[in-house]
Amino acid sequence: MSHAPLPLIHRGFGETQRRDAWWLQPLVVFTILGGFVVYATWAAFQNAHYTFGPYLSPFYSPELWGDPRTAWFGAKPGWWPGLLPFSPALIILPFPGLFRVTCYYYRGAYYKAFWADPPSCAVGEPRKSYWGERTFPLIVQNIHRYFMYVALLFLIFLAHDVWKALWFDDGAGGKHFGIGVGTLVLALNVVLLTCYTLGCHSLRHVVGGFLDQLSRHPVRKKAYDCSSCLNRWHMKWAWMSLIGVAFADLYVRMCSMGIWHDWRIL
Amino acid sequence: MATAPATDVKGQDAYTAAQAQQDAAAHHATRSFKIWRGEAGKGEFVEYKQDVVEGMVVLDAVHEIQATQANDLAVRWNCKAGKCGSCSAEINGMPKLMCMTRLADLEADKPVTVEPMRAFPHVRDLVTDVSWNYRVKTQIQKFQPRAPDAPDGTWRMQQEDIDRVQEFRKCIECFLCQDVCHVLRDHHKHEEFIGPRFLVYAAALEMHPLDTADRVPELRQAHGIGYCNITKCCTKVCPEHITITDNAIIPLKERVVDEFFDPIGKLVKIYSRRKRK
Repeated sequence: MSHAPLPLIHRGFGETQRRDAWWLQPLVVFTILGGFVVYATWAAFQNAHYTFGPYLSPFYSPELWGDPRTAWFGAKPGWWPGLLPFSPALIILPFPGLFRVTCYYYRGAYYKAFWADPPSCAVGEPRKSYWGERTFPLIVQNIHRYFMYVALLFLIFLAHDVWKALWFDDGAGGKHFGIGVGTLVLALNVVLLTCYTLGCHSLRHVVGGFLDQLSRHPVRKKAYDCSSCLNRWHMKWAWMSLIGVAFADLYVRMCSMGIWHDWRIL
Repeated sequence: MATAPATDVKGQDAYTAAQAQQDAAAHHATRSFKIWRGEAGKGEFVEYKQDVVEGMVVLDAVHEIQATQANDLAVRWNCKAGKCGSCSAEINGMPKLMCMTRLADLEADKPVTVEPMRAFPHVRDLVTDVSWNYRVKTQIQKFQPRAPDAPDGTWRMQQEDIDRVQEFRKCIECFLCQDVCHVLRDHHKHEEFIGPRFLVYAAALEMHPLDTADRVPELRQAHGIGYCNITKCCTKVCPEHITITDNAIIPLKERVVDEFFDPIGKLVKIYSRRKRK
């Protein structure tokens, strides 16, 4: 835009006339998101206590390589770098992790909480330079939709895990139908993740948002409306599903370690 | 024939008398205001004590101060109904319309700070030069409708197709979203970024069912949509409650992705078009 330069004044870091607790929201985001990253990383490196009865931790699902009795392709793959400790979760977690990292909601939240860009609305920033998402590295955020496609695939695996969590060993080598608290925890996790993923801004776009005349495509219109409906709560689904998936892992882990008892409902 | 308004014994018309009676019955209080005074970016907060009445908004108080204590106080305003977008300012540090901010909603025990918008050049006191916005608007490709659908030169479109852009038409151009956007406010990227207001404007045109222009390459390059890092501050301050980030900016970002960052999607679209032929 060509026009005369604007004689504007730079504000210092944290400079604001705001009186409300503007620092509280970024602090909460920093704490919960940071806490999740620390816990998920720790849990991913454990390579133990990720199953209990018919339950499989969502951090380790699908178990592509791992326990030879249950993994799809057997034990640790031959191509795994020798220096890196192996865990099935290390193959899985990067995909949902990158889906969240590139998520439009989380981007705005962690730019504020972790990078103070800005610390909060109408609050001065710590640095003068700014590139935004125009150049490397943040231009990579534009591939969010590819991670969304992978996340959709994961919903199928996690739903299958819930199905498997309905069938308990009867002690005689057979299976019988049942529902435990763990089944409900895994089911709730899938519901929350589904609401979060189906309300994704990129999904909303690819199912119909890219069209200007949606009325000519009734199926796409319905899909767009459903996605838009979930999208209005995207922030809430993002947090609830984040806490839900961490709790599901924690539940399986605690039961597997014998610290918590899995109550059977049916 | 026009008749003179009814007057009471003190010579007041009925309306003024009723108003005075209502004011007398309402709760009165003295509030403190710190108003930015100065010219061309230089100035300071000046504190004023002002008697306020229940129901007053910040603009009422500023007018009272202007009338009784600071006759030279510069303030831009017009409709006093939240529809003209003239009285934009920063109240207690947040961009707001002065006419829509009730004093009752602000902390009573602390002075109310009133400053000019920070993303635009300061003229005097609470007035800023927002003309940059009008120049930006001229650089966005205008509406280019397709050929008329009917012989009489009219078009046909479905309400459900126009619903999406209808939201963007609520914009009153108060420029509070521009003011709070850190890309303009803190990083002064006025040369490279058009700001949320004009991304909403571009979205209203780009998503219009009749429009044929392609603004996506410009959005990426000249209009700098990549500078937006989705803080949602613009949505937060919009007095018309337009869902700026979710419904305008992100869908435009996704259209930029379609065009420049999704080779697989592009191939699928090319293939499906060929198949249809």
